[in-house]
Amino acid sequence: MTEKTPTLDTASESKYRIIGKRVDRYDAADKVTGQAVYGADVHPSNLLYGKVLRSPHAHARILSIDTSAAEALEGVHAVITGADLPSVSDRIVDLGETATSLRYQSDNILAKDKALYFGHAIAAVSATQPYIAEEAVSLIKVEYEILPPVLDVRKAMRPDSTLLHDDIFTDELGQKSTQASNVASHIRHAQGDVEAGFRQADVIIEHEFETTMVHQGYIEPHNATAIYNPSGQITIWCSTQGSFGVRSQTSDVLDVPISSVHVIPTEIGGGFGGKNSIYLEPLAVLLSKKSNNRPVKLTMTRAESLAATGPTSGSYIRVKLGADANGHLTAAKLYLAYEAGAFPGSPVGSAAGSMISEYRISNVLIDGYDVVVNKPRTEAYRAPGTSNAVFAVETVVDELCEKLGMDPIAFRLLNAAKEGDRRPDGPTHPRIGFIETLQAAQSHDHYQTPLDGKYRGRGVACGYWGNWGGRSSVSASMNADGTISLITGSIDLSGTRTTTAMQLAETLGIDLEDIVPQVADTNSVSNTEGTYGSRTTFATGWAAHKLGCKLIDAVKERAALLWDIPVDTVDYEDGCIFSKANRLTFKDISKYLDETGGPLMVSATSFEGGHGPSATTHIVDVEVDPDTGKVDILRYTAIQDVGKAIHPDFVEGQIQGGVVQGIGWALNEGYFYNDEGQLLNANFLDYRMPTFLDVPMIEAVLVEVSNPRHPYGVRGVGEVPIVPPPAAVANAIHDAIGVRLTALPMSPARVLEAVWEQTPSAYLG
Amino acid sequence: MSQRIHVQTEINGEAQDFLCDPRESLLDVLRNTMGLTGAKEGCRNGNCGACNVIMDGILVNSCLVLAVEAEGSSITTVEGINTPVGLHLIQQKYMDHAALQCGICTLGLIVATKALLDHNPAPTEHDVRLWLAGNLCRCTGYDKIVRAVLDAAEAMRENV
Repeated sequence: MTEKTPTLDTASESKYRIIGKRVDRYDAADKVTGQAVYGADVHPSNLLYGKVLRSPHAHARILSIDTSAAEALEGVHAVITGADLPSVSDRIVDLGETATSLRYQSDNILAKDKALYFGHAIAAVSATQPYIAEEAVSLIKVEYEILPPVLDVRKAMRPDSTLLHDDIFTDELGQKSTQASNVASHIRHAQGDVEAGFRQADVIIEHEFETTMVHQGYIEPHNATAIYNPSGQITIWCSTQGSFGVRSQTSDVLDVPISSVHVIPTEIGGGFGGKNSIYLEPLAVLLSKKSNNRPVKLTMTRAESLAATGPTSGSYIRVKLGADANGHLTAAKLYLAYEAGAFPGSPVGSAAGSMISEYRISNVLIDGYDVVVNKPRTEAYRAPGTSNAVFAVETVVDELCEKLGMDPIAFRLLNAAKEGDRRPDGPTHPRIGFIETLQAAQSHDHYQTPLDGKYRGRGVACGYWGNWGGRSSVSASMNADGTISLITGSIDLSGTRTTTAMQLAETLGIDLEDIVPQVADTNSVSNTEGTYGSRTTFATGWAAHKLGCKLIDAVKERAALLWDIPVDTVDYEDGCIFSKANRLTFKDISKYLDETGGPLMVSATSFEGGHGPSATTHIVDVEVDPDTGKVDILRYTAIQDVGKAIHPDFVEGQIQGGVVQGIGWALNEGYFYNDEGQLLNANFLDYRMPTFLDVPMIEAVLVEVSNPRHPYGVRGVGEVPIVPPPAAVANAIHDAIGVRLTALPMSPARVLEAVWEQTPSAYLG
Repeated sequence: MSQRIHVQTEINGEAQDFLCDPRESLLDVLRNTMGLTGAKEGCRNGNCGACNVIMDGILVNSCLVLAVEAEGSSITTVEGINTPVGLHLIQQKYMDHAALQCGICTLGLIVATKALLDHNPAPTEHDVRLWLAGNLCRCTGYDKIVRAVLDAAEAMRENV
């Protein structure tokens, strides 16, 4: 059977047997009973526990490290420092959604000459008990020369700023500059003539925005358990979004052959982009090597997770938009300065590619800067870099609508990009469903129902995200009873074993119960990129479809042998193999495997383009307490083009979860550093993520504009839901109290200050 | 090496004893000594609820209970929520409503839900949100969990 030719599918419910059904999730029972094994649950025989010593300074030269007292403590087996890591070259390593130099990756894992942020790893210890390891790290004496911390992105960009690195020379639009700088790179996207565009405009709005670092906030902190065995074979168990990424990064940092590293991924307690890079894995390996080959487990505390793993960038953004009197956008000029943290690699590039791409604008100029500061190295976070940029863009769009006296959805419909329009960063839009989400929003009960009440307001904001495809590998073995063991390399964060199996079952025309999916380790399946970029149901699902086609070809060949007829006279449909005279079910062929050649196993991979971008429109109602500045979310509706929802519950869950993360980003979450660069809120009480009490039910409306370039119309769904919430909430706050907030988070203090600024009498009570 | 202390307790209906260091938390002993890894460590300071267990009828964060305090107490962990014939209705409803994604917070939430419904068999949506506000979930946005808990409450009332 040839692969299904992707066609534009109108997403009719009846078309599929399994796709689109709210089936049971394969791994759910283990996850409600406590049987599912997460990284910290792994307990190999003879286990030791590790602990990392971290820098209390944001910027300091390491003059000396004395580990003798720690080594002398009873129960301690090994102590390592940056000197134990091999020196590595400057080549680029892929971290999944981001990339960095191998030297920077190594320096981030253990500081060598300088500590570059509060929490930077300095040394690590293994001991018989976790509390002995904790005591041991407190006995390590580090002599620091404290340097001035660089904490503000704009100050960091000045030529006279203190430098974090003496070897960063700005990549200025592709040309290396000759003077060392904290600006790692300057990118630009230009389309049309932006100044001419502003001359055509009747209304021009320009604002500056500032946002702080925020963290993915997965509930499970990072962990790694490793054995370096006497033959030099390395086994790592860890919670990661991508086991193959852990394998290649660990092999790079430790300078060992990739084949010597075996990664066994466990269940993972959330990632959202933050578990692509390695942090603890090489430390656990080195500690095991120095601890007489005993396995070593490292787990981060919550404080370590917040202070020393990658949040996403804080930023300084300027947005200038122009529109003519009819409401057509004529020009956009955007300036983005993103904190990369201690090493280059902020998501300023992906922000520039997504922040305004859902609009059709002839004249656009986007300048983006990747800037190092003395804060943790940033990592991907759900639609990396885009929520804060869209907060800026969609706030200005809202003000344009206000000035033009236009309905915010009507304005966006007028300017919405569609298939064939060119994005400011170059690519041409394939079929996208932005207009469909706007139309659905316009007619939705939420938008049609008037909002009454003082201090209440409604906001609208939209978002766009490009999504990703990438490499995926799967294999299938037929069991003795005709069921299929499905092996996938994709880490399952939220049900992708099931959505992958659903696409295979659909292709084969068999029952979902006849497929047993499993996530495999790096020795059991081929290269598979991490679960990021909203790629897994798209790309691994595509691989599963190819796998199904190969399985159909294989069982047809077996049947031809069995029936002793030419294979081209054998057909397959709805789970049955048949010829003019014969008929067998897919499962029945299992009875005849030995007489037709033996065991049946096939594999398939995908490495496709065609990942359909996502677009979404959000509506939110808020109520502002004028006495406290607290903002309550009254109602929230998120309308998203989801391509084809393979499992609608899971898609709704992605949207609801992304929206609530976005609400947290909007209202409360943010890193607070003191002037010395020490993180003041490295715990979940003060890094205030939304609780059950902070949000209402989140209505997710699935608009299915099939992705014509996927066999089942799938487009990624996981990331774009986090894009509009900060802007939507800001626009609702403006509607409620008439104030435009231009900084995140829009905490009670910020809201109250804005109210007082606007109405000084309110301050006087 | 400090003096280790002998603690006698009941876990999930069975008499258990263990030796612990005075500074160890109940969470550490459950996970590292007793092998009951259903209680998860998310924050180690009582902010996330992933380590929830029921101790003498009261919902606690086991990371904030010293192991020695468990002397003479009766503890229910998520491993003790199942009924002899299979999943508890609460667990079944979490599955039915797809009220979990990564699952790391789910176990603490199921214990917290059990404690809620033991106290209040007919909670409102607000009651559910208030009671569970000590349990952070970062994946779901809470919507499907609230629905699962309300549905579990109704099903359990009908089952009585």
